[in-house]
Amino acid sequence: MTIIYEETGAEGGPEIPQQRVTIRVNGRKVIAEVEPRLLLAHLLRHGMGLTGTHTGCDTTNCGACTVLVDGRAVKSCTMFAVQAEGREVTTVEGLATQSELHPLQEGFKEEHGLQCGFCTPGMMMAAKALLDRNPDPTEEDIRWGLSGNLCRCTGYQNIVKSVLWAAEKLRSQSAG
Amino acid sequence: MYPSRFRYEAARSLDQAVRLLRDGGDEAKVLAGGQSLIPMMKLRFASPELLVDINNIPGLDYHHADPDGSIHVGALCRHADLEHSGLLQSRQPTMAAAAPLIADPLVRNRGTLVGSLCHADPQGDWASVVLALGGSIVAHGPDGRRTIPAADFVLGPFENALAHDEIAVEAIIPAPRGAPAGGYLKLERRVGDFATAGVAVAIETDGAMVTRAGIALTGVGGSTIKATAAEAALTGRPLTAETIAEAGRLAAEAAQPKSDHRGSATYKRHIVRTFVVRILGRIEGTQERAA
Ligand SMILES: Cc1cc2nc3c(=O)[nH]c(=O)nc-3n(C[C@H](O)[C@H](O)[C@H](O)COP(=O)(O)OP(=O)(O)OC[C@H]3O[C@@H](n4cnc5c(N)ncnc54)[C@H](O)[C@@H]3O)c2cc1C
Ligand code: FES
Ligand code: FES
Repeated sequence: MTIIYEETGAEGGPEIPQQRVTIRVNGRKVIAEVEPRLLLAHLLRHGMGLTGTHTGCDTTNCGACTVLVDGRAVKSCTMFAVQAEGREVTTVEGLATQSELHPLQEGFKEEHGLQCGFCTPGMMMAAKALLDRNPDPTEEDIRWGLSGNLCRCTGYQNIVKSVLWAAEKLRSQSAG
Repeated sequence: MYPSRFRYEAARSLDQAVRLLRDGGDEAKVLAGGQSLIPMMKLRFASPELLVDINNIPGLDYHHADPDGSIHVGALCRHADLEHSGLLQSRQPTMAAAAPLIADPLVRNRGTLVGSLCHADPQGDWASVVLALGGSIVAHGPDGRRTIPAADFVLGPFENALAHDEIAVEAIIPAPRGAPAGGYLKLERRVGDFATAGVAVAIETDGAMVTRAGIALTGVGGSTIKATAAEAALTGRPLTAETIAEAGRLAAEAAQPKSDHRGSATYKRHIVRTFVVRILGRIEGTQERAA
């Protein structure tokens, strides 16, 4: 897939030539021509149509834009698309397979881990990174691991339960 | 929110990065974790014309102890690497205590200790920690390397001692001469917030006496404050309820807090005293538990 992204908005100053970046997004190779100031979140959302990655605060506070870059959970509103050159990016769209939801998605469904759903993709990606590092987290580990993600609806309790649910399912899958 | 336009170069080596910075002049900036610089660029508090990204330079993401016992933290070692570091947990209690208190887990996955020192934010936690530990910063420039003590590195709020074509390549924490003890405490309004007040304490003891004391304060002045009188009050003495209380009092005196949305000046001063006493009181071998 090749994208030419030209919608960074009107701006004074000298034109900056677009740069070519090659990124793997959810396992798929993407080549994009972008201005250096394009944020990764915007390339994903507008350039690629992967609108599961939300932008909430746009000031590095809320975590709604969380994606994995080479396995680490980061705020994609605080990274330039050109910085993802050669890297592996995973968004919430990369969690499910054709036929099955990811255990985290199932967990959020089973335990009512969302209300409006705005924070949910970011929560799931931060939780994915947490479970990849620590498959058997305590409730406290989960609260700590998700402390960069804000939710204005749930009061967090059900989010924690959802992640515990997913952790158990993932453990039973890898044991079985 | 978009920053204003800039050119972007992903340097592949330190020498290439230095060349790019030299050619870019005052309008060029290093991009490390980007967790301070990118938000500032989006708000247009900073509008560099050229960003020199150092994230692709190999061999800078380390932190290790040298045989002499000094700890070295490379420019691409992230806050999260330090948070999960067995080395710090076993050998450097002040750094180990501070790492999980920086920002939030997502910011910690990208932000760097060295970038934090370069950013020279008076609210920055690492600046106090490295100052209390008597650390230094190694700068790499066109004419080679020089080592700058942390005490001389910060010139003022958001201003460091690097020339525009120098890159900070590592922070060095000198080897302790006795057993290192201490900690870092930070009061924040909520997880991920900057400090209302923070205190870094780094002590070395020979078992009975304090042989070296470092105390530095975060967020209670125009820049990071070294509480030298409090340090002097501990050096050469045992840790007792009296010496600890005295250090707490002197540290609170050294603070220059301002009343703001995070709290009143009196409150912040009180926190400084409480934190100094609390960290020192928890150190093993302290003769009587301090209040
Ligand atoms: C929501 C949020 C909360 C935060 N909370 C805290 C907190 O509680 N405590 C805290 O201490 N910090 C906090 N931070 C800041 C964070 O720790 C940053 O990671 C850190 O201040 C800067 O490190 P960086 O690697 O991201 O540097 P960057 O943002 O890349 O750079 C910062 C500045 O330093 C310069 N610079 C960086 N590295 C080098 C280098 N190697 N050589 C020369 N110049 C360099 C850059 O040019 C720039 O001017 C927070 C940030 C956010 C977004
Ligand atoms: S949109 Fe990125 S942190 Fe809020
Ligand atoms: S479910 Fe609405 S913000 Fe979290």
